[in-house]
Amino acid sequence: MSEDPKSQESTVESQHQDGSGSEPADPEGSDKGRSHGAEERRRVHDMWVAGTEEPGWVATATDEGAQELLPAGLDPALATQRGVAVVDDYVEEPRLDEDERQVLNMGPQHPATHGVLRLQIELEGETIRRVRPIIGYLHTGMEKTGETLTFMQGGTNVTRMDYLAPLHNELCFALATEQLLDVDIPDRAQAIRILMTELNRVSSHLLWLATFGLDIGALSMMLYAWREREVILEFFEKVTGLRMNHNYIRAGGVAADLPEGWESDVEHIIGIVRSGLADYEALLNENPIFVERTQGIGVITPAEARAYGVTGPNARAAGLDYDVRKVFPYSGIEQYDFEVPVGAHGDAFDRYIVRMEEMRQSLHIVEQVVETMPPGDYRTTDRKVTPPPRQRIDESMEALIHHFKLFTSGFEVPEGEVYQAVESPRGELGMYVVSKGGTKPWRLHVRTPSFATVQALPVMMTDLLVADVIATLASLDPVLGDVDR
Amino acid sequence: MTDESQIDAVIPAASTVAEAVESAELSTFTPRGGQTYVIIDVSRDDYPSLVRAALDAGYETFIDLCAVDHLAREPRFDVVVNLVSTQHGERLRIKVGVPNDDPELATITSIYAGSNFYERETWDMFGIVFEGHPDLTRLLMPDEWEGHPLRKDFRIGAIPVEFKATR
Amino acid sequence: MAGEADHPGFLLTTLEKGVNWTRTRSMWPATFGLACCAIEMMATGAAHNDMARFGMEVFRASPRQADLMIVAGRVSQKMAPVLRQIYDQMAEPKWVISMGACASTGGMFNNYALVQGVDEVVPVDVYVPGCPPGPQSLLHGILTLQDKIMSGEIQNSTGVV
Repeated sequence: MSEDPKSQESTVESQHQDGSGSEPADPEGSDKGRSHGAEERRRVHDMWVAGTEEPGWVATATDEGAQELLPAGLDPALATQRGVAVVDDYVEEPRLDEDERQVLNMGPQHPATHGVLRLQIELEGETIRRVRPIIGYLHTGMEKTGETLTFMQGGTNVTRMDYLAPLHNELCFALATEQLLDVDIPDRAQAIRILMTELNRVSSHLLWLATFGLDIGALSMMLYAWREREVILEFFEKVTGLRMNHNYIRAGGVAADLPEGWESDVEHIIGIVRSGLADYEALLNENPIFVERTQGIGVITPAEARAYGVTGPNARAAGLDYDVRKVFPYSGIEQYDFEVPVGAHGDAFDRYIVRMEEMRQSLHIVEQVVETMPPGDYRTTDRKVTPPPRQRIDESMEALIHHFKLFTSGFEVPEGEVYQAVESPRGELGMYVVSKGGTKPWRLHVRTPSFATVQALPVMMTDLLVADVIATLASLDPVLGDVDR
Repeated sequence: MTDESQIDAVIPAASTVAEAVESAELSTFTPRGGQTYVIIDVSRDDYPSLVRAALDAGYETFIDLCAVDHLAREPRFDVVVNLVSTQHGERLRIKVGVPNDDPELATITSIYAGSNFYERETWDMFGIVFEGHPDLTRLLMPDEWEGHPLRKDFRIGAIPVEFKATR
Repeated sequence: MAGEADHPGFLLTTLEKGVNWTRTRSMWPATFGLACCAIEMMATGAAHNDMARFGMEVFRASPRQADLMIVAGRVSQKMAPVLRQIYDQMAEPKWVISMGACASTGGMFNNYALVQGVDEVVPVDVYVPGCPPGPQSLLHGILTLQDKIMSGEIQNSTGVV
């Protein structure tokens, strides 16, 4: 855990020097280490705002200033972030002073925050009163970069957002582009897309299981779940050429057809993942330590999930029955028979159960795709959108020109705007693409599921212990590339 | 498609939302192979009441809030809110125009608590001030960053790639 | 047995070789996984491509206990001072591997948000290209670093012998 010692010290120090924090400024001595400007600011702001430095404070490279914890007076909609008063056995206090609280900084470099997430936690003993997530440590400017890449290149940019489920990002972007283009996608291409994205869902959930187990303390889960994931990644490498960040699903179809013998590869994957899942459930489901650490931890109610935009397995574990594949189906997924698991309690254990079941349902979908894979083209034949086959370039001048035009300036997309959503392993992943008739998007906005999840962290983490923070965060499966883009 | 009867047949909840506010203009979009959904354009003044009407009509899941910089158009910015009604299985998109000389808009954090981070990001990236937001500070960029990166007049910031001579 | 400065003599060279050998065979990485490359770094540590055979599966969370910082992923402007502070907190001798295209040069993201190459912030010993580099590439990078240390070419990350 990396803490900035300077700001930590100054906060505690200034708290003690100021006496009881909730009283107005001492008229005699504003030289007690805190200027009366701070009191002024305290009345103006409602929430805990960074950057409220004391005079004479010198910035170091990683300082964000003394973190002041301001008394609440919060908007009703944010009232869930309020601290709760604790009444001691022998001391009657209607509300504990700010002195009793300590600020703990978790991250951004932390082994268990699933990426570069920084959490500022206000602790009372070991109980958490308030949490403030600070993000932006992985901001890559992907939305701006998306405006400089053509629609064919856009997949490379977008696929690196949620790097555990890259095919879902690509699928969303390709679907959005195809809606603007108004092209028909052949059935085989759609089936290949579903095959690849459902396998990606399984590999993403396996990685989640690995890191979840690791964070809870079941260290061997890390090694077990990676075994199956490696087999899936090998299959991806066989089909797309890369283990991760494939740029395989593009507007018009997919980049290449499935190789010979893919059915036996997929059946092998299904077999070992199923037996692996059975092993993991035997290992974890009734393990008393696991159950103690996850049941009742990090609860979110359906109403909160709706208000904050939490979707996906996190919301379904709370009881909110919303799956984009069922409500707004895409890419022919409605022809496959699958169920959507919905939990009841909204705690970490339910999220675990929901994801395990989702893996099984994804394997069921993959089985159906293997049985019913239609023959045909793997991409649309519209030459204005997809490049011609490589052999044709030697034979036909027109093919060469098309190829050149598509790979240098790209295809033109008619004017319009569209919001397309898919169900990524983390929730609803949506892209809002605005085109002004050129070869590049005018605006690419990505609605990422982990952004809403991280926003809802304070709601889930109040009144937990510090160790439960790790369990909650691990069970929510946030991916910081998704959050910061 | 602006045939009122067709819209009413397909999306009853959205049309009640649009009726709640005077300046709302309804249009629909049918994606390829998908179901029709509704886009409501509204003026800045009526925007909070429209959003409140949307929540009351059953669009209880907050999905997205973002902005688009049209640069050469007046008003320059569009703030786009995406909502979903899981009960009706419908999407709703609300668009508000925000001019360049006065880039302010009311906050909807009191209606949907989830718009908090989205409005912060929109301020960070575009400079649109959300009045009434509890904590409008930088979210993705460092605190002391100047400028609003996703505006069209903010350059991408690419550095020229030079191939250094080998030593 | 000590000779002159450039010919330290038989005893000291053997000692130096022994010290280099111990340093390379048990190098502990600090967890600095940022983005997609972090996933491949985890894959290198997992059972299929086992990094433990090189003595490196012990990823220390605290930089004070680590020798090697594998910068795996894209370094944003906000993260750069954090990176520098973690590097400063590591004790000598320390080495840095820049894993992936984004850490080495900014990768495909030549824009305002990323530091164009982590060597603008910390001195780098080995660059591993790839987007993301597969586990074999990363292992090759690690072995290259081990070779460089064993040969005496670098004794710590500043490259000064």
